[in-house]
This record gives sequence, C-alpha cells and structure tokens, in this order.
Amino acid sequence: MLQIENLDFSYGDLQVLWGISLQVNQGEIVTVLGANGAGKSTTLKNVSRLVRPSRGTITFDGADLGKLESHQVVEMGLVQVPEGRRIFPEMTVLENLRMGSFIKSTRPDRQRNIERAFTLFPRLAERQKQLGGTLSGGEQQMLAIGRGLMTNPRLMLLDEPSLGLSPLFVKNIFEIIKEINKQGTTILLVEQNVFQSLRISHRAYVLETGRVVLSGTGEELLGNEHVKKAFLGA
Amino acid sequence: MTIFLQSLLSGVLIGGAYALIGVGLTIIFGVMRIINFAHGDLVMLGMYASYFLFTLGNVDPFVSIIFVFPLLFLFGAILQKTVINKVLNALPQNQILLTIGIGLILSNTMMLLFTSDYRIISTTYSSGSFRLGEISVSTPLLLSFVITAAVTAVLYWFLLKTDTGQAIRATAQDRDAAQLMGVNVKRMSVLATGIGAGLAAVAGSLISPTYYIFPQVGQPFTLKAFVIVVLGGMGSVMGATVGGVLIGATESLAGAYISSGLKDLVVYVLFLLILLFKPAGLFGKSRV
Repeated sequence: MLQIENLDFSYGDLQVLWGISLQVNQGEIVTVLGANGAGKSTTLKNVSRLVRPSRGTITFDGADLGKLESHQVVEMGLVQVPEGRRIFPEMTVLENLRMGSFIKSTRPDRQRNIERAFTLFPRLAERQKQLGGTLSGGEQQMLAIGRGLMTNPRLMLLDEPSLGLSPLFVKNIFEIIKEINKQGTTILLVEQNVFQSLRISHRAYVLETGRVVLSGTGEELLGNEHVKKAFLGA
Repeated sequence: MTIFLQSLLSGVLIGGAYALIGVGLTIIFGVMRIINFAHGDLVMLGMYASYFLFTLGNVDPFVSIIFVFPLLFLFGAILQKTVINKVLNALPQNQILLTIGIGLILSNTMMLLFTSDYRIISTTYSSGSFRLGEISVSTPLLLSFVITAAVTAVLYWFLLKTDTGQAIRATAQDRDAAQLMGVNVKRMSVLATGIGAGLAAVAGSLISPTYYIFPQVGQPFTLKAFVIVVLGGMGSVMGATVGGVLIGATESLAGAYISSGLKDLVVYVLFLLILLFKPAGLFGKSRV
C-alpha cells in the first residue's frame, strides 16, 4: 500500500534520513521505533509532503507522491495525526471534527463520521462545545485521532500518540488504534512506547540516526536482544 | 453629558469603518503572518472606485460596494498570487519592505493618473443629519455604520459556518495541521488576501461621502489599522472589531474633551497602556 524507497532527507546541511526503505501492506499495523532524533517524525512528514526529500521515492497504492501537495495526499486517503496533536485551539471539538471532513468527497459522510468519533471516544461527545485548546492532553489526542478519521483514511499515520499521556490513557489509545485497524484502516505508527506498540503491531522497523537498522514482526522484535537492550532496559 | 454622548456616538459610527479595515488586516495577518502595510492604500482604492462609479455611472457610494468588493477582492488575490506569495517564507523586514512598496506604488500611480487633487462625493445626504433628542446624528455616518454591521455579520457567518471560512480559521490557527486535514493553504492565502483587500475597499467606499478623496488619503488608515489589530490581538477578528470601535470612540472623545490636534496622541497613549498590561492584545493569546 505504502512504499518508501531509499529516502534521503536533510534539514539544510544536516542530513537526518539516510536511505530509508519501508513498506506498509493493506490491513497492517506497522510501527516505526526509535529514540528521539532517529528520524521517525521526519519520515512521516515526508510521506505527508510537509517536507520534500532530497532523494528517494514514496508511492501510495502505486501512485508516486513526488509531485503532490499535502492536501492532495489527504484526498487519496492518507492522513496523518501529527505529533503534539495539533488541535485547532480556538475551535470547538465539533468544529475540529468538521475540519476533518473539509475535502469534498468526505462531506456527505460528515454526520456519520462524527457519530463514529463519538462512539469511539464518548468523552468527545460530552465536550463537543468546548474549545480544543482547553482539553486535556488525552482528550486532545482523542480529538486528533477522531479528526483524522473524518477524512475517511485508508492509511493513517500516527506520530507518537502516547506521548505525554497518563498510563491509563496510553493503554486506552493503543486499544483504540487496534480497533480502528479492525474497522479497516491500515496504520503506520511511530512510537517510543516500544512494548505497547509492538504488542499490537503486525510488523515493525527500528530506526537509529536516520537509518533502518532492524525490521521484523512485532513478536520477533519484542524478543530481539538489541531491541531489549536499546529500548526496554533489559 | 450631551457633548459626551454626541462624541461617543460619532466615534462609534466612524469606528465601524475602522473595524472593517482592521478586520481585513487581521485576516491577512492570521493566515500568512504578514502585515500588509499597503492596507490603507486599498482603502484609498475603494474610495476612488466609488468616486468614479458615482461621477461616471451615477452609482450611489453605498450601493457601489456591490462592485467594489469583488473588484478589490480580485485585485488582492492577484497581488497575493503574483508578489506577496513570493515572500511568505522571507525575513520579516523583506515582507515589510514589499508591502510598503506596494502601498507607495498604489498611491503614486493614482497620483500620476488622477493628480493629487482633492475630490468629494456630494450626495443628497452627504451633509444630512437628524436630531435624536439633544444629539445630532449624521445620516451618511449612520448609514455607513449600519452597512458595516451587516457586512461584519456576513463575514462572521462566513468564517464560522461555512467550510471555506472554517478552513481559513484553521489555516490561521495551525498551518501544518490544516494541510494535514486536506486544506489547500496556498488557496486560503489567496482567498484571505482577497477578502482583506475587499473589506478595506468597502470601508473606503462607505466613508467616501464624508472624506476628501486624494491619493495619500490611505496612509493614516494603515497606521490606524495596525494599531487596531495589535490592540485587539494579532489575528483575532473579534479583537479587530472591538478595537476598531474603541479607537473610533477614543479619538472622538479625545477630540471633544482635550483637543482635536491631540486626539491621535491620546489614541497611542491608550494603545501603549493596553499593551503594557495585556501584551498580547485584548483578545490575543500569547503563543509560544
């Protein structure tokens, strides 16, 4: 479904991605693991076309994303729930969700998708009139995911959804991601929470200083000595 | 008391036009983070457009906004696409130079084409007024205020209730997040500049029956709009609306009670005082 090949990327003179190759198949949950600065978020930004790679190709369902703008990628059914949630702070919960169905093809499904978001996150229904900026971190994360689902995505990129959340929320978020995947959306997840994310993943990649150093199924990597040493502190 | 009410009313009425000018500036700033220092010159273009529609086409200046808004919307949109868009990621001083330059070109082109003669639009109601108890109400100012309020209401409806309006707000609040939701932010920048230019010009049309029209008439409005926008909170439409009326009223009261020569001074002192205690403006949020 998503194919990244030999991706290089630099911020000015500083090269941060070195020949990244990875793929996501229809129906999977794929996780990209790595420490801060390993290049996980940058990889997702390249896929969403917020930045342009210096080399390499990204294809989605066989179509080259090289010439597209960010908003056109969304129209193809590829959405990103960005790091730090990036809720519109001065819009209500409901308005934030509505923004998720801005592209024309999704507007007929708006009401149904709002109800879907409220079913997945009953808390959002309670807070629908509240401004996005006044929600707690966990609620903002729910809203960010709900807003992303409004675009009818076939592939959802999630950038550190568990970052800064309370342990209770973290567990909840991973359950939700699994549920969304079951409902038919393919997931590419970027995480630092190794244990929780590998448990729900079909496959995973490990990034170190901008390179893919390991890949395998979730179970394989959970048992891998390098992963244990580097991330699980064992 | 009569003097107070009289000047308060006059101030609020003219403040409506200030608000419209300020709202245009704040929308442009919100979406692109660029301060349009040519904004007052767009007001001037609106005044001239109404002047010629009135003298050549016999169109009433208040009716002329139906033509002036789309005309200047288009002008603003083209300006964004051809020039302003090129400095979106440039240094702030380069952006300032560009918009100041645009303003100079606009006013000097008008001077070249139509000389610097003062022109007036004399409608049947230009100097009309009626009495409300002790207070005299200027007919053209009242009419312009009512139309301003209607235009502002339509604008609020557009920004709050339509998908495109929401997308403009979303772009102003978080440009990247808006793109990730499928918003074409380049299109929103063009749209925002068009709307901002259109609003400034409409304000120009609305005050044209009560002002002298000449090529340099716009410049004081640039500064005024800037003060209004900073006062209300950069990027806040509500802030600019309130700020405009507040500045109008302050000016008028200062003119009546202190001296009409010092009214600008009072406005800037008030401006500095508010910024001293509320640095992000009345409706602004300090963002990190």
